[in-house]
Amino acid sequence: MSFSVTEPTKGTKWFAGILVVAYAVITIIPLLWIIATGFKSPSDSIAYPPVVVFEPTLEGYVNLFTDRTRATDDMLEAAGPPQTWYEEIARARGTVISGPSRYGERFLNSVIIGFGSTALCMILGTAAAYAFSRFRVPLKDDLLFFILSTRMMPPIAVAIPIFLIFRNLGLNDTHLGMILLYTAVNLSLSVWLLKGFIDEIPLEYEEAALIDGYTRFQAFYKVVLPQAATGIASTAIFCLIFAWNEYAFAVLLTSGEAQTAPPFIPNIIGVNGKDWPAVAAGATIFLVPVMVFTVLLRKHLLRGITFGAVRK
Amino acid sequence: MTTSPIDQVAAKTPDGMARKIKGLSDRTIAWIFVAPTIFLLLAVNIFPLIWTIRLSFTNYRVNRPNNDVEWVGLRNYERILNDPDIWNTMQATAHFLLWTIALQVLIGFTLAYLINKKFKGNDLWTTIIVFPMMLSPAVVGNFWTFLYQPQIGLFNYIVAFFTGADPASFSMIGDVHLAPWAIIIADTWMWTPFVMLICLAGLRSIPDSIYEAAECDRASKWRQFWTITIPMALPFLMLAVLFRGIENFKMFDLVVQLTGGGPGNTTTLTSIDLKREAFEKWRTGYSSAYAVILFVTVFGLASIYVKALNKVKER
Repeated sequence: MSFSVTEPTKGTKWFAGILVVAYAVITIIPLLWIIATGFKSPSDSIAYPPVVVFEPTLEGYVNLFTDRTRATDDMLEAAGPPQTWYEEIARARGTVISGPSRYGERFLNSVIIGFGSTALCMILGTAAAYAFSRFRVPLKDDLLFFILSTRMMPPIAVAIPIFLIFRNLGLNDTHLGMILLYTAVNLSLSVWLLKGFIDEIPLEYEEAALIDGYTRFQAFYKVVLPQAATGIASTAIFCLIFAWNEYAFAVLLTSGEAQTAPPFIPNIIGVNGKDWPAVAAGATIFLVPVMVFTVLLRKHLLRGITFGAVRK
Repeated sequence: MTTSPIDQVAAKTPDGMARKIKGLSDRTIAWIFVAPTIFLLLAVNIFPLIWTIRLSFTNYRVNRPNNDVEWVGLRNYERILNDPDIWNTMQATAHFLLWTIALQVLIGFTLAYLINKKFKGNDLWTTIIVFPMMLSPAVVGNFWTFLYQPQIGLFNYIVAFFTGADPASFSMIGDVHLAPWAIIIADTWMWTPFVMLICLAGLRSIPDSIYEAAECDRASKWRQFWTITIPMALPFLMLAVLFRGIENFKMFDLVVQLTGGGPGNTTTLTSIDLKREAFEKWRTGYSSAYAVILFVTVFGLASIYVKALNKVKER
């Protein structure tokens, strides 16, 4: 091992390590609590003192995905024995499943709007970023700043006229409207991030391609795009996460048809008031994919959250 | 870049499409590439903003489309600036902003400093610490209401466990004195990693050679920290404050789910107040003026701050 005066001593490392691990454990507890609550029975979820060891049940998930009605004993008998494991769980509570809940649709809306806006955002963003990176665009700095400044507006501030415009165009509560809106919101991020990634690709590759007989467009999609693939992928994940998590526009502009999961999850109510296991189950299904993406993104995290201002 | 290689190249390309492209200068291509983005941003951001400004001079109400729309000049602005409720809201926002930024900078910088000691497995723990900030604030805010429940909530239980108080004796979101802290705690839990990541980048950007030189001069670790670490990490720290400042000035989703602005108006931040005016009371003209004031404030403060940031960077 090479000796360096700047290398922390073993003791320092242990000390720092213990403090950081302690913080990490404290910070992860609420998340683990959400996940655990999803597998609790309603009585366990509101037990005092809070229970850490419990018998796991899928009741929260069944309640999340189904609508149930209270049934009398006669009705239960008339309905016959439960056909599936989830019916059995519902029957144990004296209820019958009356149909699927809205959660599936809302989750699907989140997927459609998230992926739709991300795809559109990447197409527009890559093209614009390439132009800003490689061409002399008049007023380039002003345009780039303009693109960034759109992010400073409180969403509620532009929501009023967008609400009016959408109503006039019939875009209120539609997938298309939300996709366009989220694309616009995320464009600043994608243009700034992608410009940074494309700036890092040496100009020589394209020049060589052009001399070899490629057109500008060919050079763009056969040379630049593959080179920028990692950057494009991580930018796409960032756009997806932002669209996935967005709440303010979703709650103001959607109510049924195109409502995404974030405005829906808090309103999940059970038969006896707030059904916390079902809420937790809904949150778990919604949050865990983001955690997976975070792990995949960890190398580019810093760039993403600072719009490319800080590159490691 | 000149257009000549393209002309050469296009001349060699046989198909008709290429011949058409040959006619396109780089400038044209640049515009084709940039225009859709600019157009969409104009349509979804600038056009609505101009519309908001226009509405702010009227008494228009969305829920009464048949009423005559009157031009009221600056009256909306006057009423807002003289409204004590709005100043209370501003105060609540300032309280929230100052405390969240102070706590997040303090904890975030400390964490980054410790992680930079490069102990074994620091990557893994950094990733775990980062999780909260990637999640949906609305869903997280909703879940924190569960943690904050008196009696059954985990947060109350843990506080009670360490202080000996009765966990049912206090309600973080129901008490006028505690609610402002409830939102500060949740926001700090969520966004400290953001400040930490930026600070970490700042600390890692300081070359070892500077510390080596200081070590040769027998500067104490304490002195090194204040004369090397802090000044060199300061631009990054300021950048983190800028991002958090703008984001928390706009704060809506986390807090609206957590407290809904209550109890009373103790946690009614400006965005929540604006949403009530615009989408519950439907005072469109009035709330448009409100929105313009907020936007001008955030834009103005951010511009002053960026100037200061650039000065620090130049040093």
